Amino acid sequence: MSLRGVPPADIFDMATGGERRALGRLITFVERDAAEAEVVAELAHGRAGNAHVIGITGSPGSGKSTLTGQLVKLLGEAGKRAAVLAVDPSSPLTGGAILGDRVRMEDVAAPDTFIRSMATRGHQGGLSLAVPGVVRLLDATGYDPIVIETVGVGQVEVDIAGTADTTVVVATPGMGDSVQANKAGLLELADLFVVNKADRPGAKDVRRDLDLMLDLSHVSGQDQRTGMRPEIIMTTALSGEGAPELWDAIERHRDAIAGNGQLALRRINRDVEEVRNRLLADLEGRVETMLAGDSLAGVTQVLDQVAARSLSPTAAARDLAARISEL
Amino acid sequence: MDDQQQIRVVLAKLGFDGHDRGIKIVARILRDAGMEVIYLGLRQSYKNVINAVEQEDADAVGLSMHNASHMTLAPKMVEAMAEAGLDVPVIVGGIVPDEDIEPLLEKGVAAILGPGASAEEVAQTVRDAVAVVRGEPAE
Amino acid sequence: MAEHDRNDPEYQAWKAAYDATRLRDVPFETMSGVPVDPLYGEGPYPGQYPYTRGLHAAGYRSRLWTMRMFAGFGTAEDTNARFKELLRAGGGGLSTAFDMPTLMGRDSDYDWSLGEVGHCGVAVDTLADMEDLFADIDLSSVSTSMTINGPAAMIMAMYIAVGEKTGVERSQLAGTIQNDILKEYQAQKEYIFPPRPSMRIITDMMKFTSAEMPKWHPISISGYHIREAGSNAAQELAFTLANGFAYVEAAVAAGLDVDDFAPRLSFFFNSHSDFFEEIGKFRAARRIWARWMKERYGAKNEKSLMMKFHTQTAGVSLTAQQAEINIGRVAIQALAGALGGTQSLHTDAYDEAMALPTEDAARIALRTQQIVAHETGVTNVVDPLGGAPFVEWMTDEMERRAEEIFAHLLDIGNDSILEGAYAGIDDGYFVGEIADAAYRFEREVNEGKRIIVGVNEFTEGDDGERNLLRIGAEVEEYQLKRLNDVKQRRDSAAVTRALEQLKTDAADSEVNLMPTMIEAVKAFATEGEIVASLEEVFGTYVEKVFL
Repeated sequence: MSLRGVPPADIFDMATGGERRALGRLITFVERDAAEAEVVAELAHGRAGNAHVIGITGSPGSGKSTLTGQLVKLLGEAGKRAAVLAVDPSSPLTGGAILGDRVRMEDVAAPDTFIRSMATRGHQGGLSLAVPGVVRLLDATGYDPIVIETVGVGQVEVDIAGTADTTVVVATPGMGDSVQANKAGLLELADLFVVNKADRPGAKDVRRDLDLMLDLSHVSGQDQRTGMRPEIIMTTALSGEGAPELWDAIERHRDAIAGNGQLALRRINRDVEEVRNRLLADLEGRVETMLAGDSLAGVTQVLDQVAARSLSPTAAARDLAARISEL
Repeated sequence: MDDQQQIRVVLAKLGFDGHDRGIKIVARILRDAGMEVIYLGLRQSYKNVINAVEQEDADAVGLSMHNASHMTLAPKMVEAMAEAGLDVPVIVGGIVPDEDIEPLLEKGVAAILGPGASAEEVAQTVRDAVAVVRGEPAE
Repeated sequence: MAEHDRNDPEYQAWKAAYDATRLRDVPFETMSGVPVDPLYGEGPYPGQYPYTRGLHAAGYRSRLWTMRMFAGFGTAEDTNARFKELLRAGGGGLSTAFDMPTLMGRDSDYDWSLGEVGHCGVAVDTLADMEDLFADIDLSSVSTSMTINGPAAMIMAMYIAVGEKTGVERSQLAGTIQNDILKEYQAQKEYIFPPRPSMRIITDMMKFTSAEMPKWHPISISGYHIREAGSNAAQELAFTLANGFAYVEAAVAAGLDVDDFAPRLSFFFNSHSDFFEEIGKFRAARRIWARWMKERYGAKNEKSLMMKFHTQTAGVSLTAQQAEINIGRVAIQALAGALGGTQSLHTDAYDEAMALPTEDAARIALRTQQIVAHETGVTNVVDPLGGAPFVEWMTDEMERRAEEIFAHLLDIGNDSILEGAYAGIDDGYFVGEIADAAYRFEREVNEGKRIIVGVNEFTEGDDGERNLLRIGAEVEEYQLKRLNDVKQRRDSAAVTRALEQLKTDAADSEVNLMPTMIEAVKAFATEGEIVASLEEVFGTYVEKVFL
């Protein structure tokens, strides 16, 4: 039973009916931004808006995959139909990726948990452009909650915070994470902090450092985004300790932002953000096409002039910018 | 956004076999060839592999076998995939004696990679197997 | 004659020890009749701290290494027959390979066991199989090595029970059980429980054997598998020794005195193709062990400082292409082992790249090491390469590189090698280093920078036809029937009681698990049942993927 040639709307119905393979195929459409993706986006858009989207991020080695697994296990036990997007960076050189988070969760997840591994695919330092669309799709086909798990390198936290309703940042002792928390924007972006490997020496220090920094940012008024002080939860992912407390904290956060209007606001921002990112990607594509030289007359001449130093890069860019709309 | 048809491969070792040196190398080879590798690794069941193929919409499955049980396990994987309605090629790599190659191909294994296969051969074998199923002309 | 400083007290000590040693009754001359001295060059002398040049003053002049050929496949009866053949052919020790289900602690009727029963070793589900395995073999007159890790305690319990049933006291049982769980998380991946409970089982076994089995080596700390998984020589050396130190720390923490158990620890190394690197590695290993045991762990008994090791030629170096040339590889690797001073040696069969060895090929492998022992003359002189500038430099260099790795482990382990081992397992240090080294090697071969004869150069000559060992389906059928029979005939109530007791004991870290384990196997509890019971208490280890 091949899905080749089956109309996307039919595949969407199959997915909503619980066919996981169909859902897998739809996600592929979204990732590839193929023609079918338009159809899928329209179908999903109207039906989405229910799911609680949770972002979990942390440095490599923080144990966030194991933690996500424990969370997902709890969700399964609570009868929830959860989905997980495990995002890992693509190699900037080759475009390939090794996606190894799935296996960490599969053992403990309930049979109807949906797990998809995604690579960032060239979206430097952040989530792949497809993530919001995939989230909407999962939401539309009935998954709730949706957990996005990523490695905290580059500016991925910014992207995650823009996509998730609740952003969880995972720290661990011994990795300089208290210094990490100082990383630009992390304190403002996190809705919840987790100190994982809480059984190791140094865990209490990490917690104390986070507390200190949160106090400072509260004093400085930096926690404008929600007015709420992020909770800090201690966990030992390997044993599952702390996972129920984490889930409770996540629900508390969701209830709070649903109650104070923040949730609606974030979701609007998320959609606008997606428009922005798509526009930027589109523009970037046009710039690349333009600079490749043969799509527009006169571009190569301009670049040659820059190379010959008879035209400054600033002037060249101004020149070409005016012509972007021709592409 | 990327409109190149990225190839996604599930890599797994079925059953008890714990020799993962080769499969880890293949994972890197395929990544270096621009593919996305869903690395399941050791001690996987048929069900795990099928779940992965469905949810990840994988284009191919690579099984690494070093335990002389390829004649039992590989055909069973092919069968299980067919039963689940998945038209995805199964490629076997590792220790497969010459005389077992034909029988395995007859049982529906798409390709077999022996111990001396180069990185290029590994990547090309995957590409070719995927192209066949996608109905594309081979390169 | 050799030049020695007769006034050097160390020389004198060596001479005295040598003179007091009973030598083999062979002429110590070259093939041409030239008499050779036992030793050339200066201190440190063999048989003296830090044992760089060897553990014994007379080296192989007094005793050759044990020719211990690994065997095991099919049913226990099949292996028993192979054992008897090898004993007849002059092999000195028995070495047992188990099949995958047994190694992983599962019974032959477990769903993943399909297709694996009896394939890479012998299937052992219950004491009945162990009895068949050693049928008509007098356990008091052989030394048996058992290569098994996760379920080692159960298998050792079965061996003890066989001894009891055939009138051999446990104190008379001689042999080794691999039981080196740390390298499983790092390389071989045949783990069951998580690291800390596994360490508890091991310390229980160490305490038990210290008290009751003086001839038994409860751990064979192994680098072979680490090397096979892709590490380089220095990593093999360092990770192995570090694991050894970790066990020492664990045993001491469990209340044992270091000299109580250290004399019975033994090691297992790989012998690969880079001749001088391997020899340097072996010599450095002895030196490092002696130094650390004395200076860091305070061992007083000389035997605690003396590292004994078994060597196996590198399986991973065997090529399927032009397989017969593997005989040459194995000969060179065996020679390196001998020049490195190994206590026992297994030589691989030439057809092992593709399957378990045929009888013929296993015989040729044994003959290969017999040639090294009896025809080459290298056994006439102790540490004959000692003093050669390159060899001494290589020994030093191996040691230096190993020390760097120890420093890292002490760093991540807060000054404890044991904690460093746990941390390294947890954060992927070991598997990462090994995977990187494996990948680097693979690329070198792929790019033609590193030549592997028959694979990327000199490839003409492969006709591909070969007689391989095949394990038929009848083995599995037989084993399933046997297992079923045993289950029918045993006293189920006794089994249930024994398993309950085991769980109770497991939950109490003060209790030694060995006595209850022995009771359970005597009641014919299966390996799988015992493992499943312990998993309820200890949990199951799931590996993290680090790529």
